[in-house]
Amino acid sequence: MTGAAPLHQGGAVCVRVFRVTVRLGDFEVLKGVSFDVPAGASLAVVGPNGAGKSTLVKVILGLVAPLEGTVAVFGERPGANPGRVGYVPQLKTFDRTFPATALELVATGLRREWPGRVRSGEREQALAALRRVGAEQLAIRPLARLSGGELQRAYLARAFVRRPELVLLDEPATGVDYLAERDIYDLLEEYQADSGASVVMVTHDLTAARYHADRVLVLNRTARGFGLPEEVLCDECLEDAFGHKHHGHGPRV
Amino acid sequence: MSLVEALALPFFQRAVLAGLAIAVMSGVLGVFVVQRRLSFLGDGLAHAAFGGMGIGAFVIVTTGLIGSSVALLKHPLWIALPFSVLAALAIAALRKRTRLSSDTAIGVAFAVSVALGVMFFSLIPPDVNLGLSVMDLLFGSILGVRQGDLLVILVVAAAAVLVLLTTWGRLAYATFDDELARGDGVRAEALELVLFLVAAVVIAVSATVVGIVLMAAYLVIPAAGARLVARTLAQMTALSVLIGVASTLIGLGLSFYLDVPSGATIVLTQAVMFVPAAVFGARR
Repeated sequence: MTGAAPLHQGGAVCVRVFRVTVRLGDFEVLKGVSFDVPAGASLAVVGPNGAGKSTLVKVILGLVAPLEGTVAVFGERPGANPGRVGYVPQLKTFDRTFPATALELVATGLRREWPGRVRSGEREQALAALRRVGAEQLAIRPLARLSGGELQRAYLARAFVRRPELVLLDEPATGVDYLAERDIYDLLEEYQADSGASVVMVTHDLTAARYHADRVLVLNRTARGFGLPEEVLCDECLEDAFGHKHHGHGPRV
Repeated sequence: MSLVEALALPFFQRAVLAGLAIAVMSGVLGVFVVQRRLSFLGDGLAHAAFGGMGIGAFVIVTTGLIGSSVALLKHPLWIALPFSVLAALAIAALRKRTRLSSDTAIGVAFAVSVALGVMFFSLIPPDVNLGLSVMDLLFGSILGVRQGDLLVILVVAAAAVLVLLTTWGRLAYATFDDELARGDGVRAEALELVLFLVAAVVIAVSATVVGIVLMAAYLVIPAAGARLVARTLAQMTALSVLIGVASTLIGLGLSFYLDVPSGATIVLTQAVMFVPAAVFGARR
């Protein structure tokens, strides 16, 4: 981790989630969840499948409105400043039959719509972002031909190209191999060190949460723990959240 | 008579212009229809137009509007058009508010519309001359396009292309990944409604003039062929329009020389152009 991120509550807050309850249909996905992400800090959200992790990301993006509670991003309503947020979605969401190149995907980070033609200024910036993640050679490759790791680099470049102050990642390492996964976290930390951005990442990888975040939120519909990784990722806390023992699967402390 | 001489004939000119207008607007629209897996929507809305035409024809006959001196009032299109728009809204609402998938929602609207069309056409006394037949509505007659029809098609084509090109970047973004686009402030739901409404108008107007079968072909085959060879969505859009335009010109020319039905020749020309795209595209 960068080590530079403030861990105190007193500084500027990038994301403030206060007593948020979200209901999807008849199901209460999140209940009374509260936490702050200080500016420049990184938060990992961990929890079992169906814990409401991805819903929480959508709440911060402004895609899902909470039934109760409030959410503020940069002190404003979520979704008010899309240009200041870099979002890396789960790989499974996009349409693989869509004819597109990696360069076009990265350009959407600048234009916030699909480019009919990538202009020369956008092209330079998009190529620089791809270079930053070591993927310049992918620029004109069709997205459908990229491996999981290559695709995730393209999405990282798309998020970084707009120089976001908040990077939101939903399971960034799902569908990529171990080496690519390590690269993703390295690239993320490099960007954070360079820009001072805040990071919120959803992961079910407890090791990643342990080593790549300043703070960890253990979530299973409600917040089961929030604090420093070594405090929160203890056996009792995880057993409470996951509903079973995590011996041998938990983080190496 | 040579093709050049034929091109001097007003009915042939109207066919060419109507065909080109439909090719351009459905070429652009078709890209979104194909990428969003809504190919069946074209069929559904075209059949909704058939239902609307049935209701329209019945209303015109029973209210005595058939004797009106205003040409537009005599045309069942003015009822078919709002009916298609309603069908599009119903499909969108069924998709959104229930757990039905698109194809099921469209299937329901499709069947109900055809039943309504058949029911209302059967209620019209056989001695009434509507100036259009059920067969024309199903299979169309692009060579029978009238001056008024052509004007409506050209106006609708200009408006549809304008709306689609203005919203193209956002529509494409939401088509690629709805969530990513919404996260960037794109109003994806509103855009989908715009897409459905444009499709309803384009399909109703085109289907009532050139027939349901030809319209459905224009909407899907050029975009599907373009998809197989294009590397980007912009390329796919340009190619889709190009295939539509080329198949219209080649199809009309061939139908003239071979003295075979023009609508069917256009569809088959599109199919012939689709084959190399499929072979070439599959190798890439």
